[in-house]
Amino acid sequence: MKSGRFASCVGHVAKALGLSLAIAAASAAAWAQEAAPAAAPAAAAGSYTPMKPTPGIGMPVDGGLGIQTQFSKIGEYGLWMHDVILMPVMVIISVFVLALLLWVIVRYNKRANPVASKTSHNTLIEVVWTLLPVLILVGIAIPSIDLIAKQYKPAPKGALTIKATGNQWFWTYSYPDNGDFEVVSNMLNLPGQPVVNNGVRDVGSKPWDGPSHLEVDNRMVVPVGEPIRLLVTAADVIHSFAVPSLWMKLDGVPGRINEKVLLVEKPGVYYGQCSELCGAKHGYMPIALEALPRDKFNAWVLTHPGGAIDGQKPAAQAAAAPAAEAAPVGEATGEGQGDATAAAAE
Amino acid sequence: MATTADHFQGHVDDHGHADHDHKPAFFARWFMSTNHKDIGTMYLIFAIFAGIIGGAFSGMMRIELAEPGIQYLDTFAKWFGAVNPDFNSSLHVWNVLITAHGLIMVFFMVMPAIIGGFGNWFVPLMIGAPDMAFPRMNNISFWLTVAGFCSLLCSAFVPGGTGLGAGTGWTVYAPLSTTGSPGPAVDFGIFALHLSGAGSIMGAINFITTIFNMRAPGMTMHKMPLFVWSVLVTAFLLLLSLPVLAAAITMLLTDRNFGTTFFDPSGGGDPVLYQHLFWFFGHPEVYIMILPGFGIVSQIISTFSKKPVFGYLGMAYAMVAIGVVGFIVWAHHMYATGMSVNTKMYFTAATMVIAVPTGVKIFSWIATMWGGSIEFKSPMVWAIGFIFLFTVGGVTGVYLANGGIDDVVHDTYFVVAHFHYVLSLGAVTALFAGFYYWFPKMSGRMHSELLAHIHFWIFFVGVNMIFFPMHFLGLQGMPRRYPDYAEAYAHWNKVATDGYMVMAFSLVIWFINIIYAYTAGKKAEANYWGEGATTLEWTLSSPPPFHQFETLPVIEDAGHH
Repeated sequence: MKSGRFASCVGHVAKALGLSLAIAAASAAAWAQEAAPAAAPAAAAGSYTPMKPTPGIGMPVDGGLGIQTQFSKIGEYGLWMHDVILMPVMVIISVFVLALLLWVIVRYNKRANPVASKTSHNTLIEVVWTLLPVLILVGIAIPSIDLIAKQYKPAPKGALTIKATGNQWFWTYSYPDNGDFEVVSNMLNLPGQPVVNNGVRDVGSKPWDGPSHLEVDNRMVVPVGEPIRLLVTAADVIHSFAVPSLWMKLDGVPGRINEKVLLVEKPGVYYGQCSELCGAKHGYMPIALEALPRDKFNAWVLTHPGGAIDGQKPAAQAAAAPAAEAAPVGEATGEGQGDATAAAAE
Repeated sequence: MATTADHFQGHVDDHGHADHDHKPAFFARWFMSTNHKDIGTMYLIFAIFAGIIGGAFSGMMRIELAEPGIQYLDTFAKWFGAVNPDFNSSLHVWNVLITAHGLIMVFFMVMPAIIGGFGNWFVPLMIGAPDMAFPRMNNISFWLTVAGFCSLLCSAFVPGGTGLGAGTGWTVYAPLSTTGSPGPAVDFGIFALHLSGAGSIMGAINFITTIFNMRAPGMTMHKMPLFVWSVLVTAFLLLLSLPVLAAAITMLLTDRNFGTTFFDPSGGGDPVLYQHLFWFFGHPEVYIMILPGFGIVSQIISTFSKKPVFGYLGMAYAMVAIGVVGFIVWAHHMYATGMSVNTKMYFTAATMVIAVPTGVKIFSWIATMWGGSIEFKSPMVWAIGFIFLFTVGGVTGVYLANGGIDDVVHDTYFVVAHFHYVLSLGAVTALFAGFYYWFPKMSGRMHSELLAHIHFWIFFVGVNMIFFPMHFLGLQGMPRRYPDYAEAYAHWNKVATDGYMVMAFSLVIWFINIIYAYTAGKKAEANYWGEGATTLEWTLSSPPPFHQFETLPVIEDAGHH
């Protein structure tokens, strides 16, 4: 049973690496697979090299016209609604009104129609142009209400919790399920512009840096393919956590914790920006979210002092694991993880 | 416009009241005015003045946004009196600009022009009344608006947190406006809203009383011109919504200065409560700005199609419906605050309902033109432009109504594009339509139709260049209220800034046209638009006598729609 499962895991891993819809169990198992042969001390101590973003993915594109490519289920649904329902309705209505205007301009100008009619009522047409829009709106409202309902589906039990806190003018991300360490995320400075964040390097000085104004020193790293319980709040004034390519926008309000599911379908770097006016440097507190397969996420977690793999008591175990026996421990924890998430998935 | 004084004597109409047409001396006439036309003129001059300042601020914003990076903000900071501004206070200037632009355009340009200006001028004329019900209150309404504007301008020169001026956005959200903005600037801004709000409430009471009690014999409610209906609905919206704003900003004031914690969670308050209160006012406010524009456009379409308005009752009650429903949709501005799922669904559905009466209006305007004998005089061209631009702004409103879609477009440039299509391209286009429609009536001088047409076309191209690309920027995720942006947004921002230059040039033509009218314009006849213009203001000379309708006109059954 164990070996059969392992074989199927390999298939899953291949899919995950092929940037398909990785599911939680698969990526968790991937951790087991890679951690075992890989340098065990690295796994225990953690390892992480920031991912190089793909141009045009998870970020705006030059001169772009439409919504950014979506990398979440809810985003795909929303994009479908935008593409298939709302845009056509908007274009058709605007063009219809424009056509009517052009028609009356051509047909009923003074030369074409010297004597004006005195018609000022037509009950039938008035009823029609009241009821027809009602029907169109009902047609929009049904999927729209459904979209709202889906957005509010709470995260499953046992989902990883990550908390984003807006500050003037940076984000902090804390990982309560992973030893409650905190990542402070500042925008990288812009070459040739006044320093935005003292002591932070310039954008473009590392090979993995994404676009200016969007890249940060420490990204928010999340596991790919599993629902994450995202909590958003703020420490001083209202901020808003927004990542357009993940269909995500949620205000961080002081004294309140807002919650939403975050599920990233593909590994990658996704950029967003604070979306509620929060003072002078409102424009300079971007969000850079890096989604990694579970194993790499876990390795990232372990690079932080006090970082521990979630969902296991082994938090202490992993930290206490002697370096010499790290490999078996790694495998064991990986399997444990697989069991836990597989159970949750079923 | 002050020069209209010179022309009144020659234009006294023959109602046999020439003796009463003495105008007070300059100071008494313009500073202690009780005449609705003079007050209306002052409102219009004030709105043009405020509009130039608010428009200049938007020009400053567009030039900064022309390319990525911060180029001009430290220069602007020095203009406001900052000595060696650091980076934060330069960036703060950006927030002051967006705040001032919003507040000025809403409270000191559109509202004074469309309600204070055209409302004061033409509501009494259209219902056959000699003046407003409370002429002295009318005067204080105007001067409170001026005082509010002065208070707002003062705020730009005093500390407001990270720099000089109030940088909270026109929405003044707590806690950015409380603990986030120490210094007196935000207090000055709040005081500005108190003053102009009090002025608007008094104005609203005045309009309601005038319209209910001072209609000429025979002019029933259902015979009132649609512009009067629109001002009546607007006055009710003002009367019911402004006190809520006053309460909300007073709570801000006490949170800021007297240690209360209405909006401070550390004392049991809630920042989101402020947003509910603000938008309970703020959403009716957007209809306050556009409804009189609906009224103006209805008059113009009917006049130049030489037909009565199609579906008059539907048109009047569509405005009433928009006003009523406008009060129960406010939280669609707050979809991202973390509302409950049911609340979000309700506000999505309720907001969409507004599209129905709005659609009735669009279709009725087209039906009014249908079968007409349309003359494309300048007001008509502006009005047709209004219908199309307002439709575009309207459909994006339906788009934004969807709470689920709002997760990606909320607080992006898509929203900026939407509300500028209904305001900058809707309300302002209606204002220009009204201006060209009534300017000769108010001044006694004809403007140049050629210049008015050129003004329209350049303005039309310019504003579409500014605001249409903002839809693209918003869908691509560019947030609002940003002085700087990623490279990817550079292209459409450049187009928008170029569009601003085009739009600004069209305004030069407008000013030339005004100068032309006063220097070389022909004298305007009583009814210079001809047979289609049937409302009561066209029975009076241009400009009307200082006191009109001392013998009340009687409206026959045929009615003046």
